[in-house]
Amino acid sequence: MANTYVKIGSTVNVGLLGAATISFSSIPATYTDLKVVLSVRSDRISADQDSLLVSFNGSTSNFTNKSLEGGTVTTVSSFSSARFLGSINDTNNTASVFSSVELYVPNYASSSFKSFSTDSAMENNSNFYYLDLTAGLWSDTSAITSITFTTGASRNFVQYSTASLYGILKN
Amino acid sequence: MADTKIIVNCETGEVSEVELTAEEVAQREADAVAYAKAKADEEQAAAEKAEAKAAIAERLGLTDAELALLLA
Repeated sequence: MANTYVKIGSTVNVGLLGAATISFSSIPATYTDLKVVLSVRSDRISADQDSLLVSFNGSTSNFTNKSLEGGTVTTVSSFSSARFLGSINDTNNTASVFSSVELYVPNYASSSFKSFSTDSAMENNSNFYYLDLTAGLWSDTSAITSITFTTGASRNFVQYSTASLYGILKN
Repeated sequence: MADTKIIVNCETGEVSEVELTAEEVAQREADAVAYAKAKADEEQAAAEKAEAKAAIAERLGLTDAELALLLA
């Protein structure tokens, strides 16, 4: 059976001091699609949630997206960046609860514009939570060789946040 | 303690943790300001929309429950 779902590099485990960004670099072009699985939490303290942003190859431009957001909040969708992947927990939410986010990037090494999608859950032991589905486009023909994650509020990912990159190979 | 970035080199498997450069710190601060402004703008727009909706409901003589039923 072909090995079609392969972890690339190492899983990131954020340490005690937190991390401003998490990056995967020198991504080989040998797979068909990429998938990143994240469990993250922000140290933001001034609001009830932070958000997760992505950049490819160090670029923060030429992104567009549409997101569907659900939760027990009055605002159904509120996004401050076209690089938005989902709302994530911060210091004002239930302690030790991390957001689950999956990013999928099909045909990441092609010479076409790159589409991506995410499925994220910001869980919380209160009536304040978010679930997001995002469809995005990076209008760039370069093969994706690096992926970087930051928080929308430019805060740190806290200790025990994790990220793993997988290569999906067409069988 | 300076903020750091964690980088996984997928060729070597090496994980490194390095301090942000001065340029990256400056960009991060600018991003934070831009994010806060964008959020504030969105919230203001949402508040204005809710206010306009309430005004229309009042003109039509609808309660909040009736308006919610119509929009459901």
